[in-house]
Amino acid sequence: MSTSLLTDLSIFVLSLLVGFEVISKVPATLHTPLMSAANSIHGVVLVGAMYIAVTAHNVLGYILGFVAAVFAAMNVVGGYVVTDRMLGMFRKRPALDAVPEQRDADAERAEARR
Amino acid sequence: MSAVDTVIQLVYLAAATCFVLGLHLMNSPATARRGNQVSATGMAAAIIATGVLVARAGTVTVTGWVVLVAGCVIGAAAGLVSARRVAMTAIPQLVSLFNAVGGGAAAIVAMHDFIGRATAAGHPHIAARDSVPTVLDVIIGAVTFAGSLIASGKLQGLVSSSPIVFPGVRALNIVLTAVMLGGGAFLIGARPTGAAAVLWLMAVLAAALAFGVTMVLPIGGADMPVVISLLNAFTGTAVAMAGFVIENQVLIISGALVGASGGILTKLMADAMNRSIPAIIIGGFGTGDNAVVAGPAGGSVREVKADDAAIQLAYASKVIIVPGYGLAAAQAQHEVRELADLLESRGVDVTYAIHPVAGRMPGHMNVLLAEANVPYALLKEMEEVNPDFSRADLALVIGANDVINPAARRPGNPVSGMPILDVDHAKSVIVIKRSMGQGYAGIDNELYADPKTGMYFADAKKGLAELAAAVKTLVG
Repeated sequence: MSTSLLTDLSIFVLSLLVGFEVISKVPATLHTPLMSAANSIHGVVLVGAMYIAVTAHNVLGYILGFVAAVFAAMNVVGGYVVTDRMLGMFRKRPALDAVPEQRDADAERAEARR
Repeated sequence: MSAVDTVIQLVYLAAATCFVLGLHLMNSPATARRGNQVSATGMAAAIIATGVLVARAGTVTVTGWVVLVAGCVIGAAAGLVSARRVAMTAIPQLVSLFNAVGGGAAAIVAMHDFIGRATAAGHPHIAARDSVPTVLDVIIGAVTFAGSLIASGKLQGLVSSSPIVFPGVRALNIVLTAVMLGGGAFLIGARPTGAAAVLWLMAVLAAALAFGVTMVLPIGGADMPVVISLLNAFTGTAVAMAGFVIENQVLIISGALVGASGGILTKLMADAMNRSIPAIIIGGFGTGDNAVVAGPAGGSVREVKADDAAIQLAYASKVIIVPGYGLAAAQAQHEVRELADLLESRGVDVTYAIHPVAGRMPGHMNVLLAEANVPYALLKEMEEVNPDFSRADLALVIGANDVINPAARRPGNPVSGMPILDVDHAKSVIVIKRSMGQGYAGIDNELYADPKTGMYFADAKKGLAELAAAVKTLVG
């Protein structure tokens, strides 16, 4: 087994462990956005799709490269945008006893400031 | 390693750090959005660095560039438009669709690499170091691609959301598994070369695609969230395998990260529904979609009309609304808010009781009601709201079933041990439901036969609109 493969395997296993640890305490409220966020992260496969272009020199290569690029770009862009939209709805959380009118006014002021 | 290559590798490392930090920030609603932005920044950096790397390779043909750029632009536009336009109720199927294309892309990366190696000059044997991750990537990626498309179609209503079982499906699955694993083992062990190797890989691919379809078809709509989450973890693993194939560490790190966190998330979701993941995959005990009209089973059920229900609502002093799967399916979040506003204007104290797995996905109900501008403070989590039920004059249940079944407190039935909302402690209960159909646990709900419960048979959207109209007429 080559050194580079061993390094890759070590990275793989350690990343698995980090993945197990990092989201152990997520409240149920955030499960859907979290799934969507994890979904956008594996859109990093776009990097792999770009690698195809380096070695693609025939029609089959171009077709595979094109489909992979479309798929992966859709995964990345759509994933992040939809997660952001979902989380944006959580953002407007008012103080526990703020009256609705006041909260709307707060939100408008915040919008104006941006 | 040249200076530029070193910088690119460091950017990859920074990107991986951003992904981990991003996921970590998702632990709390206050920081979740920033977490997503951190993660997106890392992604942008990784993609730009790869662009530099690809340009420096100097082997990309003009057609190669056109294909790559066109593909990225088209994919990004499709993703952007669908993510912006999607209704909040349709988010699970969109996430599933993005997951499908991610898995597909991962499988294609390995396939392209393999075809290149197998058909290279002299038709060399392919070492296990390359064939093992390739086979795993193609199998996992293709199963995820087909399975996620079916899951998405089921939630969108393009494919029937009830479990689809046809005779011989078990035998077919065994054959497909044999082709996948046997073909994969042959590719790794016998090391065929040239066109034969490519043909074997295509056979494995076809079997994996078919298996993805037959795996998800028999699973009911209510279990789909867990399945999508599981397939999400699969895609992560497939991406990590693609990283092994093209020897790219950012793919390995991110893929493993998503594979593991997705796995944990799947387990959390399944636990909250008191379901085991193997039980869901092997075939659950029901549909979750209460479309089947069944007669009232055991005990007599009291049916109420909109006018009676409106009187109860309008003259209550404390009402707890319990939204469920039916509300999400009927997309009735705006109607429920209108009714609640109407009641609040009459001085009724209205709160919402949110079960952790209410809706189509854990946390989905919060997103839906947030979309309808329901103040977040009115949404009460289960532990917080349960003591309040005994003080409530009325609990209005909208399309929820198993999460309020008192049978869960007793051992020996499919919902035993599942945490439930104590709706039966309220002074009276009105249940808006399309029929007496059962929830995905496939058992009757004794709450419906309770004398203090009135059943209002209607679609959630239509029923709530009628209730609001009745309350308006009543109070003029």
